[in-house]
Amino acid sequence: MDIYSLLREFADSWVLLAMTCFFLAVVIWAFRPGSWAIHRDVADIPFRHEDRPATTDVVAKEVGK
Amino acid sequence: MWNYIKLAALAAIAIAAAIAANYARDLAYLVNAVTVMLAAAATFLWVLRQTDEPVRPEPMHEYNDGVIRAGVIATALWGVVGFLVGVTIAFQLAFPSLNFSDITQGYLNFGRLRPLHTSAVIFAFGGNALICTSFYVVQRTSAARLWGGNLAWFVFWGYQLVIVLAATGYVLGATQSKEYAEPEWYVDWWLTIVWVAYLAVFLGTIIKRKEPHIYVANWFYLSFIVTIAMLHLVNNISIPVSVFGSKSVQLFSGVQDAMTQWWYGHNAVGFFLTAGFLGMMYYFVPKQAERPVYSYKLSIIHFWALIFLYIWAGPHHLHYTALPDWASTLGMVFSIILWMPSWGGMINGLMTLSGAWDKLRTDPILRMMVVSIGFYGMSTFEGPMMSIKAVNSLSHYTDWTIGHVHSGALGWNGMITFGALYFLVPKLWNRERLYSLSLVSWHFWLATIGIVLYAASMWVTGIMEGLMWREVDSQGFLVNAFADTVAAKFPMYVVRGLGGVLFLAGACIMVYNLWATVAKQEGPAPLAAAVPAE
Repeated sequence: MDIYSLLREFADSWVLLAMTCFFLAVVIWAFRPGSWAIHRDVADIPFRHEDRPATTDVVAKEVGK
Repeated sequence: MWNYIKLAALAAIAIAAAIAANYARDLAYLVNAVTVMLAAAATFLWVLRQTDEPVRPEPMHEYNDGVIRAGVIATALWGVVGFLVGVTIAFQLAFPSLNFSDITQGYLNFGRLRPLHTSAVIFAFGGNALICTSFYVVQRTSAARLWGGNLAWFVFWGYQLVIVLAATGYVLGATQSKEYAEPEWYVDWWLTIVWVAYLAVFLGTIIKRKEPHIYVANWFYLSFIVTIAMLHLVNNISIPVSVFGSKSVQLFSGVQDAMTQWWYGHNAVGFFLTAGFLGMMYYFVPKQAERPVYSYKLSIIHFWALIFLYIWAGPHHLHYTALPDWASTLGMVFSIILWMPSWGGMINGLMTLSGAWDKLRTDPILRMMVVSIGFYGMSTFEGPMMSIKAVNSLSHYTDWTIGHVHSGALGWNGMITFGALYFLVPKLWNRERLYSLSLVSWHFWLATIGIVLYAASMWVTGIMEGLMWREVDSQGFLVNAFADTVAAKFPMYVVRGLGGVLFLAGACIMVYNLWATVAKQEGPAPLAAAVPAE
């Protein structure tokens, strides 16, 4: 297969379709049940360790309680 | 032992650079080789002084902020340099005698200084801002010290060397004439090494993070680093004519070369000037507003949509050229789709202030950030519109494009960087507050009015020249000569230059304010009591 045809496969054929499907899956994954509490926790990350690194692993908050 | 290896390597580099300077086939290569020799020699002396000295263990319970402080200084200073060159070339266009061609023999004319300006503002000002804020953000959001010890310092100084080599090269005539990728082959190779080190520091810190999740700002920064590496490698595939000369020959030719160049060029905008700066937005706007980002879900969708869409948009730079029609249509369609996630991100940034809008009255830094997000929204609407073929047939090759770029670069990139610098300096140098908030207000208004003058004059002159170029009389002959359009543009060129002067004046006020924040205010009193070990 010459380069032109190969690139064309990428640009307007099955690779484009695969990437679109991956993107849609990511969107659906973002809206999965239980994601709300996780995302609220993650959005607070900038407000936790302003001055010095954590000495132990930060434990993710239990979800769903 | 490690220091001895470094000394040997640095000595070898300095000697090799001296030999290269001796055999240099052109002036740019000669000056660059001497620069490399001096840089290697200076580093040699520095390493020599550290050798066999007692090694202090790395303070793992503290963040590595020294390299960020250096990055903040570099960002502010390169910013002023880049804006100054921009104002200079703006007035060179209005008053060609300012090229001083008789005195400078063409070395400082518009054609040489223009890439100097674009590289200085994008890569020196913007690049340093991205590197230092990414180091700041990745540490705070990973709750971990930077990985790699002094490797971060190598990234900082290595990147400054790239800037100096590129800038001196442009003035002396070394360019591979690819927009935003002008540096010649050896600078490209060196940047590759520095960039791999940058990726290692950033990724290493993320891998050893103490937070279970990777905060969204880091996703944007990481995509910026990885994509720029890929773009840089593919767009700079060239073969040097001589090891001792700056000239190289591109491997691609014709329309393939053009398409590769604009695949690179548009994604430099998409990933350097957008994704990286969105990483800044997703950290500094919530911090300054003291509230978490409006919707974390929206930020995830914003991220993945940008990643998947931006990479296709490049062909819209090549409408009505030898590029196949399907490719330019594809680029146009993806550019238009891109409008939606861009505005999703803008809404996410703006709505972070919901419930805190009153802070805009009292906090000029937050005002700066909000205006920057506003300009992000404006230029991400204007861009898709200009990518439509019918609009592009009017706007292409006119100053409308320059106006579009500057509303994005001055408004979005400039303002969000200024906001981040104002946020960072008191934190990094341990000062309670900025030296003067009213000076921040002055900066804000000077910069905003400067951008408005710039963008408005470029819209007027761009659309005017586009219409003049296509104007035909009843017999089908073109009405205007090219020189007629140049003459008609003169007033707008002067207004644009004045807008640049205002923007530059604001940046100078910022530099003074940041300097005074550190130099004219007392630091915290040293702790008298010993702090218990944690």
